[in-house]
Amino acid sequence: MREPLLEVRDLKVAFRSHGRAEFQAVCGINLDVERGQMHAVVGESGSGKSVTMLAIMGLLSPSARVSGSVRLEGEELIGKPERAMRRIRGARIGYIFQDPMSALNPLLTIGDQIAEAIRLHDRKITRRSAQERAVELLRLVAIPMAEQRALQYPHEFSGGMRQRVVIAMSMANEPSLLIADEPTTALDVTIQAQIMELLERLRAEKGVGIVLVTHDLGVVAGAASAVTIMYAGRVVEQGSVDEVFAWPRHPYTRGLLGSLPHPGRPKPRLDAIPGAPPPITMRPSGCAFHPRCAFAVERCLTEIPPLRSVGPSLSACHRAEELPPLTSAMEAANADR
Amino acid sequence: MLSYIARRLIAMPFLLLGVITVAFLLTHFTTADPLTSIIGERQMNNPAVVAAARERWGLDRSLPEQYVVYLKNLLSGDFGTSFRTRQPVAQDLLVRLPATLELVIAAMIIGTLFGIALGVIAARFQNRAPDNLARLVALFGSSIPVFWLGLVVLFIFSVQLGWLPGPGRIDSRMPAPPFVTGFYTIDTLLDGNWAAFRSVLAQMILPACVLGWTVTGIVSRMVRASMLDVLSQEYILAARAKGAGELRILLHHALRNAMLPTLTILGFSFAYLITGAILTETIFAWPGIGSYAVAAARGLDHPAIIGVTIVGGMAFLISNLVTDITYALVDPRVKIGARAAQ
Repeated sequence: MREPLLEVRDLKVAFRSHGRAEFQAVCGINLDVERGQMHAVVGESGSGKSVTMLAIMGLLSPSARVSGSVRLEGEELIGKPERAMRRIRGARIGYIFQDPMSALNPLLTIGDQIAEAIRLHDRKITRRSAQERAVELLRLVAIPMAEQRALQYPHEFSGGMRQRVVIAMSMANEPSLLIADEPTTALDVTIQAQIMELLERLRAEKGVGIVLVTHDLGVVAGAASAVTIMYAGRVVEQGSVDEVFAWPRHPYTRGLLGSLPHPGRPKPRLDAIPGAPPPITMRPSGCAFHPRCAFAVERCLTEIPPLRSVGPSLSACHRAEELPPLTSAMEAANADR
Repeated sequence: MLSYIARRLIAMPFLLLGVITVAFLLTHFTTADPLTSIIGERQMNNPAVVAAARERWGLDRSLPEQYVVYLKNLLSGDFGTSFRTRQPVAQDLLVRLPATLELVIAAMIIGTLFGIALGVIAARFQNRAPDNLARLVALFGSSIPVFWLGLVVLFIFSVQLGWLPGPGRIDSRMPAPPFVTGFYTIDTLLDGNWAAFRSVLAQMILPACVLGWTVTGIVSRMVRASMLDVLSQEYILAARAKGAGELRILLHHALRNAMLPTLTILGFSFAYLITGAILTETIFAWPGIGSYAVAAARGLDHPAIIGVTIVGGMAFLISNLVTDITYALVDPRVKIGARAAQ
């Protein structure tokens, strides 16, 4: 069997805080991404999505303790010295940030910032050819008048255009893996679709594997083939998008699907999940989702449910098999796809 | 950009006029009669001498008249005659301003370089030993009185160790270089006198360091604060994600952005030191503007007081303009000259 592009095993991240006990932001997650695949990682704020991504990049602050295994094309990244990680960042893994407004240095031209990404990994390339390559990359992400635009500064670009620039920058060295951390959250809805189209095109044309971090299931349905649902630092459900959307086997996933609005289907109100995700320092015992779960039983309060095969996908719910049939809201969500 | 500079330059005389007017009025509303210092206290009882002196210095005329005459003279570069030195104030300033400028520029270079370096190091090692050390250096710089620090460094490096010369602008056994620019460093070089040049540099080290330390204090705190702010920005993380190393992050990405707020402090410090280096100038026998101002104030030397005030006002106006222009050069988001912003 061919090894996956990215293989994350039992990744744990803990943060030390002064005088207080360590707290676990990520409690052992697994994640596989194939070449040319888009794998969505979904969860509410504070579920540990971004921390996981930064841990893969080795970009967490020194106060974070990371354990487990992250293999990129078979090569272990956890514990790699900083110098070696620097050669991987930006070269073999590209990173796209949530807010394109703040991800670009305001004092440097767009061309210089893209060229920097190239020159950091190719010491021999001349300034001029790096700039030319930067212009090519701007064309790749469909920025009109790329040559002139390369000489401009970030504040002269709109939000959507800036996100294209950030994507061009992340693609500068043709990485095999792209991590997109909520790439569309800060953008208008129409621009969101364009950015997702661009990512989809890069995946299809360049064969790059993409980890798409999002809290928007609507985005996942249209773009990704595999999905990982995270809650309070753990994976609660994982599988192919088709399977998970057709038959979610975790109450949290059901809740997420139920809270999607559906145009054309009048409904008095959305099925919002009651309550809010727990803060990292006060996670509930047992299944962290039990205070908000309509299906919770005694066992859920004490025993952490392991991630296990349920049908074709993986679920971390004690009662995965007993969940009632889908609600109409979820059927509606599927009908829209 | 050019039109902006032109507009600022056109506005400058009007601002200066304000400075002159305020200085002129304030000086004249002091209760002490400048005649006391012109003719001496004993002669104040002699009406003939008093009347003659009043007429001689134009003090018999009304205030508005004096003001108009002063402005008229000023237009032709005449700052009046000093009561004290009996020399044209313009000439006094011309000799003393370069001395101060030379000292202040040296102090600013030292203060800026050390301030930036300390600030960057402090931010990089936030709340660790280097940061605490930098905090201590800054605290000393801003809290140790200059007159005390000046005396101590003179005692240590000049008297005890003998590494550096004592007070003065040039070795007392050497003649002053022929006056061209008034900057001894430049004038000795133009004269081709290497020994004098070396002496001038050596004389400058202690006062420039003492004065520069206060600048280091302010600049390092400012750079540290804005570096910490910048380092938490997402574009810094983005640069790391591109594979940039620590040094490149600090100097190429963070420092540039952190320098923006620091520019204001630098401009302000420079202008302040032009008239604010009094203590340093006094201790190091530096014949600059500061010591001239003190002598003028003590001697009720009205023309000199107003002259110094004008120079100080000019220093602020010019350094503000230079700061604004530098901002526009460094930060592409600042579009000066565009009226649209108003």
